[in-house]
Amino acid sequence: MAEELMLKVDNVYKKYRLGLIGGGTLRGDLQSWWAKVRGKDDPNGKLGDKYYDKNETFYALNGISFEVHKGEAIGLIGGNGAGKSTTLKLLSQVTAPSSGKIYLNGRVASMLEVGTGFHPELTGRENIYLNGAILGMTKAEIDRKIEEIIDFSECRQFIDTPVKRYSSGMYVKLAFSVAAHLDSEIMIMDEVLAVGDMAFQEKCLDKMNDISKKEGRTILYVSHNMNTIKQLCKRCIVLEHGRVIFDGDCDEAIELYLGKETEFGVTRDVDDYERTLEHTGNVHITRIDMPGKTFPVINEKEQLRLEIYWTANNDIKQACFRLPIHYRDGSSAGMFISENIHDIKKNTKYKTTIVLNTVGLVKGKYNIGMIVSEINNYGGHVRADHIYPAMNFTVETLPNSVNNIQWNHNVWGHYTYPNTSIITEMVK
Amino acid sequence: MEQKWMKVIEPKTRLFDLKLKELVRYRDLIWMFVKRNFASAYKQTVLGPLWFIINPLITSVLFTIVFGGIAKISTDGVPQMVFYMAGNTAWSYFATCLTSTSSTFTANAGVFGKVYFPRLVMPISTVIYGLLSFAIQFCVLMGFIVYFIAMGENVQPNITVCLIPVYIIHMAALGLGTGIIISSMTTKYRDLSILVGFGVQLWMYITPIVYPLSTVPEQFRNLIMYNPMAPIINNFKYSMLGCGKMEWGYWGISAIVTAVIVFIGLIVFNRVEKTFMDTV
Repeated sequence: MAEELMLKVDNVYKKYRLGLIGGGTLRGDLQSWWAKVRGKDDPNGKLGDKYYDKNETFYALNGISFEVHKGEAIGLIGGNGAGKSTTLKLLSQVTAPSSGKIYLNGRVASMLEVGTGFHPELTGRENIYLNGAILGMTKAEIDRKIEEIIDFSECRQFIDTPVKRYSSGMYVKLAFSVAAHLDSEIMIMDEVLAVGDMAFQEKCLDKMNDISKKEGRTILYVSHNMNTIKQLCKRCIVLEHGRVIFDGDCDEAIELYLGKETEFGVTRDVDDYERTLEHTGNVHITRIDMPGKTFPVINEKEQLRLEIYWTANNDIKQACFRLPIHYRDGSSAGMFISENIHDIKKNTKYKTTIVLNTVGLVKGKYNIGMIVSEINNYGGHVRADHIYPAMNFTVETLPNSVNNIQWNHNVWGHYTYPNTSIITEMVK
Repeated sequence: MEQKWMKVIEPKTRLFDLKLKELVRYRDLIWMFVKRNFASAYKQTVLGPLWFIINPLITSVLFTIVFGGIAKISTDGVPQMVFYMAGNTAWSYFATCLTSTSSTFTANAGVFGKVYFPRLVMPISTVIYGLLSFAIQFCVLMGFIVYFIAMGENVQPNITVCLIPVYIIHMAALGLGTGIIISSMTTKYRDLSILVGFGVQLWMYITPIVYPLSTVPEQFRNLIMYNPMAPIINNFKYSMLGCGKMEWGYWGISAIVTAVIVFIGLIVFNRVEKTFMDTV
């Protein structure tokens, strides 16, 4: 038998009206109403816009449905405006859905913000009681847990000082501690871990892991930090434009989300691509190919071959290619600089083949930028053409590779030194 | 497998689903807010809770000078000071209830936007918090009454003082009911919040506070007494000072009006609280 369902979101919509809401004032609304009665134009409507009243609506949520079982920790990811926060708001009953139903099987504790209702004049202890009560605990429950909360917050020394004297870090620690000790069956969190020092963040993650795994409670977590999502959640829901576009394995969800913006394949026509970055236009790249590939995927021992078709719009004495390579989260992985190309003729088409020695790049997805750099008489570089991102590719590890581990990109970078040899021998 | 759900969130609630049971579960929070209001109100002030006394005292002295001394309005033979003070004490409790609950949604939008608890917790806690200043002012009033009795003045508290708690509950209910109706409307119409301060002042003058009912011309007396606050203030003064007479009939009407206002208030408030975050 499947685990008990704790939460069910059934075809939920949330509609907002765009622009000003209402007339804002009683007078304005009465005016609009009176104009309507007499069959005249609304004096408060936007000029020349007949649809002001009816059609300017925006669906923050466009029919989402999902289910969460007991003890699950679910990540909710998606770009800005995908509907993550709206979903959390509906679940925590801050506002009601426009249509659809949400079924809950337990108390919900929402942490859309840390320290909701904290009062600066009250002491740490008093604020624990106040905040706890706001989040739905009774006084007796807090009494039972107060010592535990104070210990967890690491603020015992200052617990009887008004919180207005606290540093922002202490404030946040105290606030999180209260929330982490709630008894609610369902916890809803919106990027609250983005605060506090590293050690405390680790502690919070551990605590949340305990909450979901040992205590069997359900967590719904929204964050832009894929690392914390990965540490905490097994299952992820990806939202886009108010719809669920993926619901399943966490790693797949993150890949999908990160790879969502650009997917160029193995051949890309950039003739009509509108360059937004600074360049002179003396060179115009028309097409980029990855010959011999069906998918832009290489293994860790393979080199990446690119064929670049381009046209010179001017005579150029010397130029070179520069290819900055970025990991998909935007962090730099490295840069390739080609040898110089000499005596480029005006109005001539060229094809350049570049073999990038990508051996050493860790598994993952990368973007390649493309710059044609014109070298003037004084040795200075001017960008003749500039495309970013120009292509992207994925590096995969081979079976049995030493690199086949969960790579911590934030700490280790994106490069593993290839062909490193070690010799270990017994010595006396 | 059919499953039982503890709670279902729907776009709209039924009209009479007032969720009062939930309110009981959050009773600790009500007390917490009362305590918070108290602790924060007079922190870092020199005189602290003394302000509870100074405010009405000065108002009463002012009334004594203006309405008693200059305008020479009758007080039914009761010493002017206690006459005005009794009216003021009761009225200021009602006025506080009304004005502070009328800004419930706008003043607490920050908290309401982040976490759910029955929104009614807020107005109820402010009404209870108001009791504190009322109690202190009431003690001062008692002090004056005792003083004037000792001086042999015409002040006759009588057995109806037992009804004081009833008056208080009645005023609290009326203030809360009116306040939450206004607060529900201020989420859309901010004009109302400006009107409240002014309206309360006007309301005071159609309530027998600075004048006894006996000075009101016969033909207007009915009109004045249909104001639900008038019989409460009138009866309060009778109980405390023995001036005028009990107005049972009008009080009954006032009670019915109050019940209707509270009921409407709860329904309106309940409807608004679900989505006010989108419009506030």
